[in-house]
Amino acid sequence: MAITSVKNLKEFSTANDRFEGAHLLCPGCAHSMIVRELMNCTDDNLVIAANTGCLEVSTAVYPYTSWDTSWIHIGFENAATAAAGAEAMYKARKRKGTLKDPDAPVKFVAFGGDGSTYDIGFQWLSGAVERGHDFTYICLDNEVYANTGGQRSSSTPIGSSTTTSPAGRISYGEKKMKKDMVTIMAAHGAPYVAQLAPNKWKIMAKGFQKALSTEGPCFINTVSACTTEWKFDSKDTIHLTDLATDSLVFPIYEIIDGQELNILYRPKNILPVRDYLGAQGRFRHLFKPENEHVLVEWQKRVDAHWERLQRREEARV
Amino acid sequence: MAEKYDVQEVEVWDGNYAAAHALRQAQIDVVAAYPITPSTPIVENYGQFVANGYVDGEFVMVESEHAAMSGCVGAAAAGGRVATATSSQGFALMCEVLYQASGMRLPIVLNVVNRALASPLNVRGDHSDMYLGRDSGWIQLDAFNAQEAYDLNLCAFRIGEHLSVRLPVMVHQDGFVTSHTAQNVNPLKDEDAYAFVGDFVPHEEMLDFSRPVTYGAQTEEDWHFEHKAKQHKALMDSRAIIDEVFADFEKKTGRAYKRVESYMIEDAEVAIVALGTTVETCILAAKQLREEEGIKVGVVSPRCFRPFPFDKIREALENVNAICCLDRSSPGGAMGALFNEVSAALYSTQKRPLVTNYIYGLGGRDFSIAEAKRIMKEQKAHADAGYITTEIQQFSGLRGPKLGFFETKRR
Repeated sequence: MAITSVKNLKEFSTANDRFEGAHLLCPGCAHSMIVRELMNCTDDNLVIAANTGCLEVSTAVYPYTSWDTSWIHIGFENAATAAAGAEAMYKARKRKGTLKDPDAPVKFVAFGGDGSTYDIGFQWLSGAVERGHDFTYICLDNEVYANTGGQRSSSTPIGSSTTTSPAGRISYGEKKMKKDMVTIMAAHGAPYVAQLAPNKWKIMAKGFQKALSTEGPCFINTVSACTTEWKFDSKDTIHLTDLATDSLVFPIYEIIDGQELNILYRPKNILPVRDYLGAQGRFRHLFKPENEHVLVEWQKRVDAHWERLQRREEARV
Repeated sequence: MAEKYDVQEVEVWDGNYAAAHALRQAQIDVVAAYPITPSTPIVENYGQFVANGYVDGEFVMVESEHAAMSGCVGAAAAGGRVATATSSQGFALMCEVLYQASGMRLPIVLNVVNRALASPLNVRGDHSDMYLGRDSGWIQLDAFNAQEAYDLNLCAFRIGEHLSVRLPVMVHQDGFVTSHTAQNVNPLKDEDAYAFVGDFVPHEEMLDFSRPVTYGAQTEEDWHFEHKAKQHKALMDSRAIIDEVFADFEKKTGRAYKRVESYMIEDAEVAIVALGTTVETCILAAKQLREEEGIKVGVVSPRCFRPFPFDKIREALENVNAICCLDRSSPGGAMGALFNEVSAALYSTQKRPLVTNYIYGLGGRDFSIAEAKRIMKEQKAHADAGYITTEIQQFSGLRGPKLGFFETKRR
């Protein structure tokens, strides 16, 4: 039974499981919440492709698998193309009448972390979206190469201390801004692009359902709080995600056909960015007096971005 | 239904066009491809077939060769017939996924139109790309002309998709000399070609949801070795299936293929081992030399470069006195690959023939009949002397001072 008919979180927690609980992800990792919700929000058959990353290495270690559906992993960069190839095969076989169950609906989904989405797999994702394959790509964005021990990616935000952009005596950590992947994917003209978060699980389920039911390539960036690399207590994943969405560091919105922007969640009380940053070890050094300017700039940037999103929503562009 | 293409009994096709027709006739479900010289016309011609209704399957023009092979892997895991084509740098870019395709035991057919590898950039034919693929776990078949490029493509689907093989297959042809030279080709009629290849039988497919499959799992030191050993065994065991498919092809067409092709080897005292179009050059040279000087020269070629026909090479060459292995790839600080493999095979024979190595034809440098004859005569000199009278590795057709390495220690 898909989440369409599930009224509350308790029911959802006991819903159909094609993603088994037995996996090796860290306790408190948001990846499993996001993946599970995607798989529980539809009754359609699923072909899942995964890039190399935490999700992949934690869910398919031979002779075990956490996936009670078709699943493929090729390399670090090409899950989008694996899904695209499978989708092309589905179309060909449907036309030729060689499918075992030709009437059952099938959905194609690719998962990647931010490293494989923003960096190494960017070209494969861009190509698959440009070609218009009917699939949904979900980025599990934890803003770091977590699987390999916390190196910076182009999703790592400014000021974050990672193993390859460490904060030190003369450095406040990562010097570059996070890449705006959502806008880049919307600029491809994809029919559905969104940024979603697992704390707002009903909005996320709706967004997933919209993507799966939309014909053509859809891209969703999901906030995936990383207890290990962001350095917070593993019981606080959803609390941390609340801080992320309510400080508007991760605004929740969708862009339809590359232009129609809708904000999907407006926090009643907007929290200061400091509250979000202060809850994580990776930003601890920003609270030293000499790094105060980074915090000030953070807040300004988040305010300006929120302002821009609202203007775009209002102007319908 | 795809339109039937009315092929004539004799067509004038180049190697690329011949390969494209074989792909069309195999009724492939998904071709994911990216153009690169000199294999581009395979993809272009296939695209033309698609545009004119001769193809039922999907034709996906992706953004790189890496994506081409990635798309092929995704498509093959979804349970259908898959093929593509590439050359040189494109092949190099695909390399990562070549290993993943074979590791997942997916029967994909890859046409490799052989070309040099940069740097310096070069679009002409040599075997650098073919050699780059030799540890990738693929079956590698080598065509010497357009007819063979056509025939071996049809065989490749049968071999790779055989349930006891389930491995990807490369069909090699030489860039430009084969790929762009029009020759007479005898194709099969569409229905006969398809009848030979047969329907694709899905196995462990991602689109059968009654039995979900996990492709591309992780194995560390506990299981990785067993997987790779099993894969190697499948590759070694594919020899019997290759023989079987070649025999069936001969029955249908009268055209015989063997994992090791031998010419005039029965009474040969010296021999050349080569790949690709050079084999035909050497056959002509050997015939002339037999007539002109009475030197008994034979020519041998591992038609099936992988799995390497260790046993058949040994059988073909063990009674020859001196052998020269011609390698058309920069050996990168070692002896040529053919030299190494042929020498290894012959080391376990009683006679242990003299084996030397020529590096030749890099970046499309012409290899003439005259040069082939010169090398053959040199082998005769080794045979008569009873030891290698030159350096063991030499370069053929190179400008500037003569280049060679290693004296013999057997006199």
